[in-house]
Amino acid sequence: MVHVKFFAGLAEQVGFRETTLEAGEALDVAGVWQRVVGSERPSRLRCARNLEHCDFGEPVRDGDEIAFFPPVTGG
Amino acid sequence: MRVRLSEGTFDPWQELAGFRSRHGLDRGKAGAASVFVGTMRDFNDGQGVERMFLEHYPGMTERSLEAIVESTLRDCGALEAFVIHRVGDIAPGEDIVLVAAFATHRAEAFTACRAIMEALKRDAPFWKRESTPAGDRWVSGNTPGSLDA
Repeated sequence: MVHVKFFAGLAEQVGFRETTLEAGEALDVAGVWQRVVGSERPSRLRCARNLEHCDFGEPVRDGDEIAFFPPVTGG
Repeated sequence: MRVRLSEGTFDPWQELAGFRSRHGLDRGKAGAASVFVGTMRDFNDGQGVERMFLEHYPGMTERSLEAIVESTLRDCGALEAFVIHRVGDIAPGEDIVLVAAFATHRAEAFTACRAIMEALKRDAPFWKRESTPAGDRWVSGNTPGSLDA
């Protein structure tokens, strides 16, 4: 099982904050977005795997936590 | 502890004095401290802002800040650093972030403080939602912070 999280305005756009999916073979972060959201990725979308920033080509394994979010605006 | 998220208001100057004392930075080892305090404004992008909500990613935010502090201390040759960042509901005039860097000399202290702040702005997972008279809005990006931007 892969845990998927969405934050801030992105969570409002996709309509949910968390979901799960079965990890298939050769799944990457871009594939998670495709399977969970389906639409084209926003141009400034960022992502993380297991609490670390990552690229969309990052491989995803069973038990991973994948997060999608807009550019950060702290400080 | 070098990093703390705070759901309530904090006094940066009292926190700073406590950190200096706890880490022995007031006993002659550190010749310089550089401090940045970020405070919530009551305006942004030409509109009044009444409240703000700071969302974060529990677990990743703390880890990100700790990694930023650790790598900056190593890269800049500073002695210690301290970060406090608010989360949740914030009112205008309340402090949002404290970054303090301690070093033997001022150059390392200035550089480390700025480097931590800029890395936090770039990488730490926080998102601001402002409440304005026209409704709520997510802040879409940070202002440039480097001297040559």
